[in-house]
Amino acid sequence: MVRYDGKTVVSLNVNNETHEVAARPSDLLLDVLREQLGLTAAKPGCKNGDCGACTVMVDGWPAKSCLMLAVEAQGHAIVTVEGLGGTAAVQKAFVEANAFQCGYCTSGFLMVCQALKTQHPAMPEEYVIEEWLQSNLCRCTGYQEIRKAVHMMYDMT
Amino acid sequence: MYKAIGKNIQRKEAWDKVTGKARYTDDLPETGILSARLLTSKYAHARILHIDISEALALNGVKSVLTGSDCPELFGPLVLDRPALARDVVRYAGEPVAMVVAKDEPTAEQAVRLIKVEYEQLPVILTPLQALADGAYLIHSKTNGYRKVSTDIYPEAGTNIASRYRMRKGDIKEAFDRCEFIVRQRFFLPPSDHLAMEVRTARAEISSEGTVLITTSSQSPYAVQNQISKAFLIPSGQIHVHVPFVGGGFGGKAPVTLEILAVLASRSVGGKAVRVTIPREQDMVSAPCRIGLEADIRIGANKEGIIQAMELTYFLDCGAYTDISPYMTKAIAVDCTGPYHVENLSCDALCVYTNHTYATSYRSFARESCTFCIERAMDMLARKCALDPLELRIKNAIRPGSLTPSQVLCTPSLTGDLTQCLNKVKLLSEWDGGNALTIKQDTVRAKGIACLWKTETPPTDAVSGALITFNPDGSVNLITGVVEMGSGGQTHLAQILAEKLRIDPKQVHVVMEVDTRAAPKHWKTVASMTEYMAGHAVVRASDDMIEQLRINGAQALGCPAEEIEVANGRVYSRKNPENFIAFKDIVHGYKAPDGSSIGEPVLGRGGFMLKGLTALDPQTGKGKTGPAWTLGAQVVEVEADLKTCTYRIISASTVMDVGRVINPESMRSMVAGGMSMGISMASREAFSYNSEGIPQAPNLRTYKLLHIGQEPDFRVSFVETPESESPYGVRSYSEHGIIGMAAALGNALSAAFGAEFTSLPLTPEKLWRVLSEENT
Ligand code: FES
Ligand code: FES
Repeated sequence: MVRYDGKTVVSLNVNNETHEVAARPSDLLLDVLREQLGLTAAKPGCKNGDCGACTVMVDGWPAKSCLMLAVEAQGHAIVTVEGLGGTAAVQKAFVEANAFQCGYCTSGFLMVCQALKTQHPAMPEEYVIEEWLQSNLCRCTGYQEIRKAVHMMYDMT
Repeated sequence: MYKAIGKNIQRKEAWDKVTGKARYTDDLPETGILSARLLTSKYAHARILHIDISEALALNGVKSVLTGSDCPELFGPLVLDRPALARDVVRYAGEPVAMVVAKDEPTAEQAVRLIKVEYEQLPVILTPLQALADGAYLIHSKTNGYRKVSTDIYPEAGTNIASRYRMRKGDIKEAFDRCEFIVRQRFFLPPSDHLAMEVRTARAEISSEGTVLITTSSQSPYAVQNQISKAFLIPSGQIHVHVPFVGGGFGGKAPVTLEILAVLASRSVGGKAVRVTIPREQDMVSAPCRIGLEADIRIGANKEGIIQAMELTYFLDCGAYTDISPYMTKAIAVDCTGPYHVENLSCDALCVYTNHTYATSYRSFARESCTFCIERAMDMLARKCALDPLELRIKNAIRPGSLTPSQVLCTPSLTGDLTQCLNKVKLLSEWDGGNALTIKQDTVRAKGIACLWKTETPPTDAVSGALITFNPDGSVNLITGVVEMGSGGQTHLAQILAEKLRIDPKQVHVVMEVDTRAAPKHWKTVASMTEYMAGHAVVRASDDMIEQLRINGAQALGCPAEEIEVANGRVYSRKNPENFIAFKDIVHGYKAPDGSSIGEPVLGRGGFMLKGLTALDPQTGKGKTGPAWTLGAQVVEVEADLKTCTYRIISASTVMDVGRVINPESMRSMVAGGMSMGISMASREAFSYNSEGIPQAPNLRTYKLLHIGQEPDFRVSFVETPESESPYGVRSYSEHGIIGMAAALGNALSAAFGAEFTSLPLTPEKLWRVLSEENT
């Protein structure tokens, strides 16, 4: 097995800012965001692409940051929950709809919803919402509230 | 008129959770911290012949490698039977065998792969009944040789039985003899997992003067303090536990597990800070899971369908170590009959070792499992008696004057009103008798019903506490030992405090993180007892505070303390409300216009200890384990395709007697969350083991959870029969949504397919197998 251990400088555009980080070729975008940039909203729920807790937005599309290498993220615009600023409709909607309990899945859901709205500025049909949100798991709620939050997000804008 | 109770107050931490600012254990800065990773057993049962750590130790960046011989202590909340790292023997696949501490995670991972372990395989036992068979291999050579922390654990020497509880009432033999209808059935439920979205993790650091600082994702910071203190002989005052936000617990984070490894890891590197992280796969198989259960149920009724007797045997699969399972066994025993009036009862509940991952508390403390058995048997009985399943339950519902299995006399305060729940759920679920309805060829709709009940089984001397301080602006800070893991308990405590002080709940700030050096001891954030235990402490702290405000007020206003009222952020005399002093001017003592100081700063403190609970009589089971019960009724509606054996869950209804609705929206969502978890568990979740006891593909790709689009229409409604001993009458409710879901789903599917489904999970494949067997 060949191992590449050395680090290289990677330039990442996160939340509209350019960051230079030293990363191994195998470093996940998720780990670099969390451990090097201190952006811990994206969570490691499985690091296997199964739970969606690590979802960020890459060029307006949802991406599981545990399935993306930091080096792959170069040249792309990455947005994390920290980049939503606390004023986005999706955040208000999640609070209003009581769409979380422990909150661990929330960042991932927020970013999928934000990307959904970026790609579908008008409210899509229910099955589209379901298709988009199936990438993410929530163990606390019964999803009813999350669905309601998506509707509220569209109603707010 | 309540000011804060009964209102939809938003979660106190809501905005932190949507901005990424809520910090969970592993979100804390990592700079300079070392990483520990585990090597786990690849066999379910084997002797460890040799471990070679030399290559791992030699790897650049590795600081230490630990094995079982570095930690002779044994652990467990009830029985000390579990090593931190396996010694001599591994008893389940996934058991931690060695731990590497290294400069970072990739290095630790790499070193783990360099450790070589030589095993000799031993016979594997995978079900309680195998474990109880004559001549079964003993998973622990001395089942009753371990030190017990509690006296009411009864291991049976020379067997795999870790404990047993008995319930005896009346005369079942005589009663069964006069029964017209008897149902007898065996049930089987495999182990499954909690799967909180946050994987367990812990950190530890030891200061130069010996203080052990532990940061952990735990529901039990004070148990961490206590168990680590006892095991390592460190004074508990030297152990400082810190719990930030917890990303879901469901009972899975109640036991003390990774904290022990974190302390060992830190100790091995001179006290440096170490974080122990485990991948999701290890969180599933190495860390404790939900119990498995086998049960033999026998219910007899007269020709009117009135239950005459029950004979019940529950075999809990506790896995390789006991953890809290003996108490889950006890919990099943005290609620063994379901919420029914049963005069003649014989129940044995056995806690049995197997070579599965050891089990721990899981939402509703095993009631989700025993309820499946009882409530499925109730539906079988209804069919035999030709009664509407809902009617059968109304006829037999427990009522004031009934005795519970442990012979506690039921009163409205103690057990609430099940009949009202049943009547209400009938409307809520549009119940139509429980028969399948064909809606088109091969497609039927059917509803299934189940009752639920649960009392608590805490230690009889469990405590809680609350401290309240004032800010200069007159707002208050609430400090308790309650962990915030999603249940909304902290917000409800803030409502109780706001109600007591008659202030806007916005004026209450809650300290969300638990720090055992700052917050008063709170037993554990488990058993849905936050509102009861910490609620009592908050009430007392508020009273204490009001008393002090009265004294300050009387002096400042020059009137007797008895005349002083405290409300709306003001202190005033009842006789002259216009002449008030605002909190901000009096909470830190009062400064008179002439500059003189009056009174003292106000500090609220409240402690609470459970009272009146008893151990169970070992022969009859007589005793009272918890303050009260919560009862309810649930209905699940399915649409099933008879050809493909697939189904869709259309609606799920719950009516629960919660005593008092403190916060309608948060309580509704908590109950719905429990229902969702129950549906997920019942319809798809189980560990699948191969014949050697190795869990197959333990990850979230193959172990599927419910996702959006599969959720039914959740309908939740409450009945309010106050519990007289509880703050504002509220009962425990936050786990309970799960309890009857598997049973109601099983009953709906059994009605839809016209077959009796007696095991979980209810996957299409399982249904198909049962139906094909019936047809051959
Ligand atoms: S952590 Fe990326 S999908 Fe689970
Ligand atoms: S809120 Fe806990 S996992 Fe979704």
